[in-house]
Amino acid sequence: MTIAIIDYKAGNCTSVLNAFASLGVETVVTREADVIAKAERIVFPGVGAAKSAMENLTAFGLADVVREQALSGKPFLGICLGMQILFEHSEEDGGVNLLNILPGKVKRFPDTPGFKIPEIGWNQVNGDIDYYFVHSYYAEIGPYTTGRTEYAGVTFTSAVRKGNLFAYQFHPEKSGKAGLALLKEFATC
Amino acid sequence: MLTKRIIPCLDVRQGRVTKGTKFKNNIDLGDPVEMAVAYSDGGADELVVYDITASAERRPIDIQMVTEVAKSIHIPLAVGGGISCVADMERVILAGAEKISVNSLAVRQPDIIAEGAAAFGRQCIVLGMDPVHNPKCPCGYEITTRGFREFTGMDALEWAKRAVDLGAGEIVVNSVDADGTREGFELTITKMIADAVGVPVVASGGAGRPDHLVTVFRDGHADAAIVAGMIHTGDYTITDIKRAMRDAGIPTRMSY
Repeated sequence: MTIAIIDYKAGNCTSVLNAFASLGVETVVTREADVIAKAERIVFPGVGAAKSAMENLTAFGLADVVREQALSGKPFLGICLGMQILFEHSEEDGGVNLLNILPGKVKRFPDTPGFKIPEIGWNQVNGDIDYYFVHSYYAEIGPYTTGRTEYAGVTFTSAVRKGNLFAYQFHPEKSGKAGLALLKEFATC
Repeated sequence: MLTKRIIPCLDVRQGRVTKGTKFKNNIDLGDPVEMAVAYSDGGADELVVYDITASAERRPIDIQMVTEVAKSIHIPLAVGGGISCVADMERVILAGAEKISVNSLAVRQPDIIAEGAAAFGRQCIVLGMDPVHNPKCPCGYEITTRGFREFTGMDALEWAKRAVDLGAGEIVVNSVDADGTREGFELTITKMIADAVGVPVVASGGAGRPDHLVTVFRDGHADAAIVAGMIHTGDYTITDIKRAMRDAGIPTRMSY
């Protein structure tokens, strides 16, 4: 079983690798399109800005393989910016077209008294378990939303499931035991 | 609801966690990896590790130690000490840390904040500041550097605002006056900065009892707080702190 973690210079692959390693699950960090295509499971991480991430994906020649793999029915996991990039469009940097795999738009949290941006810290998904979030932008609620979280007066998509496509706005690799449980679920689904 | 974070701080000196008062009288507390795991399992919402002698010894941060800690815990990790350029930041991130704390370096070279934010995103760049009470400064607090040894003449509030404009994603306000006293956080400067900037503010220095955390969140408007001596000595656990927060109605992560 191979899990490929896509390294497109937009995120901390080390944390994801460490988290899977602690579960006894081997992963390979790669930006080789054929390694990604042959993997049994794919993790698409990401932090930072949508525009530079999209530019990096294109520069490394990975946009097509990521789109194909996300639509392939193979287990695919988007994390944080790696979730947002699966949607249609982001308001970030004056507007960026994304991979358009999931319907919906990515918007900036409105300036709201009493709320700092970025949202940094542990917040609840569906009013229950806390996970660790770091983000200034959020995906709207859509048909594949399975987790909802509230911040700055907005209820946003914190978890997505469409068949074997999983995506989380929070960082499961940094969410302690609760996050590791989600990664274990992904590694064995 | 976003919870208020409790962040244990490990000051590492020659591979061991130490704790002193106002950077002096350091005593040995244990192994950084073992302590990191214990705190992570015990409810820490994040961990910060400072290589406190790296800058003074003019050497880069202990990457081996950062790597080992990052492998052993699965909560956010911030590190500081011995960072002198963007390449140092990249090494720390590749070692598995999420956040880089810059303090004296940012005072000397403010552009490092902008460079780091451009390279890794502003959420990675934490400005640490060590303000000391000084009525001659407009806000009443002056920035010190190099472990409180040097006075800069810079106004703490102005520096906080400037750092955020440059790209700092979080600010740690470590009160020189309160550090190591275990008599409570310095609420005035914490609240002043927390109310003035749009990024999260982490209170630091002075935590001695669980009610000090309640106070710094309720009255100091902090988004997170650093704890050290009060848990390192075993006088209190993170759960003790979080129970006090919960009982006071402050949102806190209780399942871990």
